[in-house]
Amino acid sequence: MRIERDVIYIIIVTLFLMVAIPWTMGQISEDIFFEWPFFFEVAIGGLLAGVMYSLVALGFVLIFKASGVFNFAQGAMVLFSALTLVGLNELGMPIWLAIIATLVVMLLLAVVIERVVLRSLVNQEHIILFMATIGITYFLDGFGQTLWGSEVKTLNLGIPSDPGFYFDGKILINDFDLVAALLAGVLVIVLALFFQYTRIGRALRAVADDHQAALSVGIPLKHIWVIVWAVAGIVALVAGIMWGSKLGVQFSLALIALKALPVLILGGFTSVPGAIVGGLIIGAGEKLAEVFIAPLIGGGIEDWFAYMLALAFLVFRPQGLFGEKIIERV
Amino acid sequence: MLYREAGEFKSTYQADQAILTIRQDRWFMWAMLAFAFLVIPLISSEYWLGTILLPFLILALAALGLNVLTGYAGQLSLGTGGFMATGAFAAYKLATAFPELHIVVVILLAGLLTAGVGILFGIPSLRIKGFYLAVATLASQFFLIWMFNKFGWFTNYSASGVISAPPMSVFGDAFVTGPYATAEAKYLFTLSLVVLFALMTKNLVRSNIGREWMAVRDMDIAAEIIGIKMLSTKLKAFAYSSFLCGISGALWAFVYTGSVEPLAFDVNRSFQILFMIIIGGLGSIMGAFLGAAFIVLLPIFLSNAPHWIGLNIPVDLISHIEFMVFGVLIIFFLIVEPHGLARLWQLLKEKLRLWPFPY
Amino acid sequence: MTIKRLKTGIIAAATISACLAGSAAMAMESQFIGSLVYRTGPYAPGGIPWADGFADYIELLNARDGGINGVKLELEECDTAYNTDKGVECYERLKNKGSTGMPAVMPLSTGITYALLDRVVADKIPLITSGYGRADAADGRVFPYVFVPPATYWGGADIAINYIASQEGGYGNLKGKKIALVYHDSAYGKEPINTLNTLAEQLGFKFFEFPVPHPGLEQKATWLKIGRQIRPDYVLMWGWGVMNATAIKEAAAVGFPRDKFIGVWWSGNDADMVPAGDAAIGYKSLQFNSVGSDFGIHQQIRSELYAKGKGAASSVEGTGEVAYNRGIQSALILTEALRTAMAEFGNRPMTGEQVAWAMDRLNITQERLKEVGADGLFDPIQLSCADHQGKGRARVTQWDGKQWQAISDWIEPNLNMLRAMYEKSAAAYAKEKGITPRDCK
Repeated sequence: MRIERDVIYIIIVTLFLMVAIPWTMGQISEDIFFEWPFFFEVAIGGLLAGVMYSLVALGFVLIFKASGVFNFAQGAMVLFSALTLVGLNELGMPIWLAIIATLVVMLLLAVVIERVVLRSLVNQEHIILFMATIGITYFLDGFGQTLWGSEVKTLNLGIPSDPGFYFDGKILINDFDLVAALLAGVLVIVLALFFQYTRIGRALRAVADDHQAALSVGIPLKHIWVIVWAVAGIVALVAGIMWGSKLGVQFSLALIALKALPVLILGGFTSVPGAIVGGLIIGAGEKLAEVFIAPLIGGGIEDWFAYMLALAFLVFRPQGLFGEKIIERV
Repeated sequence: MLYREAGEFKSTYQADQAILTIRQDRWFMWAMLAFAFLVIPLISSEYWLGTILLPFLILALAALGLNVLTGYAGQLSLGTGGFMATGAFAAYKLATAFPELHIVVVILLAGLLTAGVGILFGIPSLRIKGFYLAVATLASQFFLIWMFNKFGWFTNYSASGVISAPPMSVFGDAFVTGPYATAEAKYLFTLSLVVLFALMTKNLVRSNIGREWMAVRDMDIAAEIIGIKMLSTKLKAFAYSSFLCGISGALWAFVYTGSVEPLAFDVNRSFQILFMIIIGGLGSIMGAFLGAAFIVLLPIFLSNAPHWIGLNIPVDLISHIEFMVFGVLIIFFLIVEPHGLARLWQLLKEKLRLWPFPY
Repeated sequence: MTIKRLKTGIIAAATISACLAGSAAMAMESQFIGSLVYRTGPYAPGGIPWADGFADYIELLNARDGGINGVKLELEECDTAYNTDKGVECYERLKNKGSTGMPAVMPLSTGITYALLDRVVADKIPLITSGYGRADAADGRVFPYVFVPPATYWGGADIAINYIASQEGGYGNLKGKKIALVYHDSAYGKEPINTLNTLAEQLGFKFFEFPVPHPGLEQKATWLKIGRQIRPDYVLMWGWGVMNATAIKEAAAVGFPRDKFIGVWWSGNDADMVPAGDAAIGYKSLQFNSVGSDFGIHQQIRSELYAKGKGAASSVEGTGEVAYNRGIQSALILTEALRTAMAEFGNRPMTGEQVAWAMDRLNITQERLKEVGADGLFDPIQLSCADHQGKGRARVTQWDGKQWQAISDWIEPNLNMLRAMYEKSAAAYAKEKGITPRDCK
């Protein structure tokens, strides 16, 4: 993959600002406490949180790339997969079997969605498909809770959540976040390899490039859609496991989709690496802002700051950092 | 047979340019208005007026606003909730700072203030398009709600950051806000405003401004080439849309609930309004109303239905079933008619022209 | 075929509605009780046990005593999913049901409470907000139809500081201490700030605010600031739903001692502790009811309902969770108000206005609590026309990994200070809304 030069410039400027702004704030305001170890703690914490956002954003990217659908249901899929996994586990299935069973369920879901929804709405405008995924969201929210109930369930992976100290005990990094980020990283690498080197991956990229051309060289569009929704289901399951073991498996899990949206627009809807870089920038950016800027204006700015940050990037790159360049013709 | 334009000749430009050119359509519209203004307040219970029709009308107004922006001008926005909140808080500040102002003036001024805020947040639309713009407008949504929550000035330093409407009347004793306002008064007041703004919007989208919006929606580069100014056209759309959303927010806070916290206008509200216009039909006045009816009334109907037919189901199961059926119906209607309920309505009318002897 | 089916449907519907009309006629003399619950949606884990407790206590009265003074209680739930729009619709749907309408409404949500403030005045239905809603509604002169027993957020903030002072060996030792508040950035979370600011001035501790944006899934920045920079002596929390478990986990992640971390009652549900797992051990929470599952009232519910398979909760283990007990308490407040009203107006279904009259005179004494088997589970409540709060006491409990343990006695807030604050705030509200406070002589 070739990275455009201005993207590199933008990233360099961003990195510089991420260090310079907190440092300056620390110098000019007494309310703001700046010390290098603390700065790195916040930055690393933010980067690790960002990886967790990327995990959710990835599901969006996969589906958007292959079928042009902005899948609003990704959050509901995270919830549904986690509920199914924990529900099956509680019914007495060993965890590995429950994971396999959940994967099968997600595959079935992909087949049903393709059969019922996508096939009937083929060639419709983006916004109509978007609305259809909202219908799916409602359905999954109701269906998941009917099957498994609305009570909170625990999912314990046995990862310790105690503070871990690194670099001579100067910098605190949470072990759980570290493990989660590692897992997410492995998933991303596997996905990237899958896209790059397998037959299906090549077909997926072809479809993403041009539906018509892909069809004409004999790539079955329907199968591709099933596969991509199934892969998004798998990503949702991984996100569900990681977020579920952090927050407990409950309805609120569906809300994490909102945290993934700024990541998406920053990185670009169509780019897997974009989702990763976007997640890192958003994660670190919002945490740094909350710690080093927010005290001056009253705090609690994380949410809108993430969107504002993404907006600022869009002003320079309207298609997101790694999105495909928008070419317009009359 | 009953519904046809054959034999109706227009001899003046005025008749030719009427909103409803077919006589039957006019009759139908007058009958609808008479029904809404005269019959409904007589036959409806307080529950229907104050709990179902009132929010339906207010949200339809917001949907109308968003439909101007998204349906006519093609700018996808998820900032509706934020603009509604702006309207609500502006109305509150105006009503408490100048208690002698008439409620209609308060609401209109709140709308104008919101239009200003809308212009501000519309500026990024000059560079950003499509879903990118939708997510970018979320920035305004989150920022505005945060701002109203954070600064005590907006709520006159109330401990919880909640605003509540002072009692205000249209004339004399006809209170439309506060505890002693009757559901009928609230309903009629809101209905009048909504009808007025619907008419205004309908005329606006038929004017040169409306045609500019549609040109920008259909292809902005082409529109620019034929000499439409992108900046002013897009910002006009943002301004007018926010104006309507602001009024709708002010009505929501003052007439419907009476007291609101900023979270009443959170991101879910924005999504709700967007769903309305997609289901109802993008780029259609009728669509805003049909979509609002679908999104507001259907869940209420679904959650009441088991009771009406005498089934005794636990409430949580009702809720879950409501979600599932609602989701399935959304998909069903999209598959039947992807261009929304308004398009279905149009198709119905076309069929009716040939009824009962289609060729 | 279709027509046949349609016919069958119509006949069935007609039969059912006929039966309904019949049963409605028979149940004329029962007292309707509408209950706004949230058994679904993002906050359901905390809402389900409350709804179960409320329903079980009402059912217990029906099963054991045949209702109240021979008037059977007819409970209908409406699911709000903690959504304000739905809540208002539920209220309007239920308010005129039964022979006398809804005797009182307990909306269980700050948003719904605010949306109903005007409506209940017009409908003359008391709005009972136990431990949530507007704190200044404790001033009954301005809010004749709003009741806030047993405690308010402002009282809760004062009790928390009171408890911290007792841990530190007196109010004098608070000087120079650092106390932080982590709160849900909404009307609910902001309630205690004024009180805490006032107390900080009086007692000389330093007060830090940390708003967490809704829904509170991410709090890393907040907790890094707390745990690594400010390092306060105590942290208070006004959290809600998933925010609670996340905060506790993040507190553990930065190594903040959980026993210096005190949540308000809504941050003290069993359901919030479960996902936090071991991280929650030692965490403290205020409760306006006591904890435990073996009081007389629980035993009766188990023997009268669960033994006969009639309980509302999915399993008998649920009876006794904190939120479940709160449900019982709310049901108790309502039914005792009904009793008081019936003593005055006769043994038939009561209207909202009559219950509001009774709420102004509500007196749930220690003896009465003993009779119902809740002695020690709840604090006595006595209200008056002017005072809609009561003693406002709460106790501190600690999570031991499986359940809550009470670790303090009932703590009384500084009622004089609070009363002055309530009156000031209520007066401002009255002025804004053009309300003339009623005379409470």
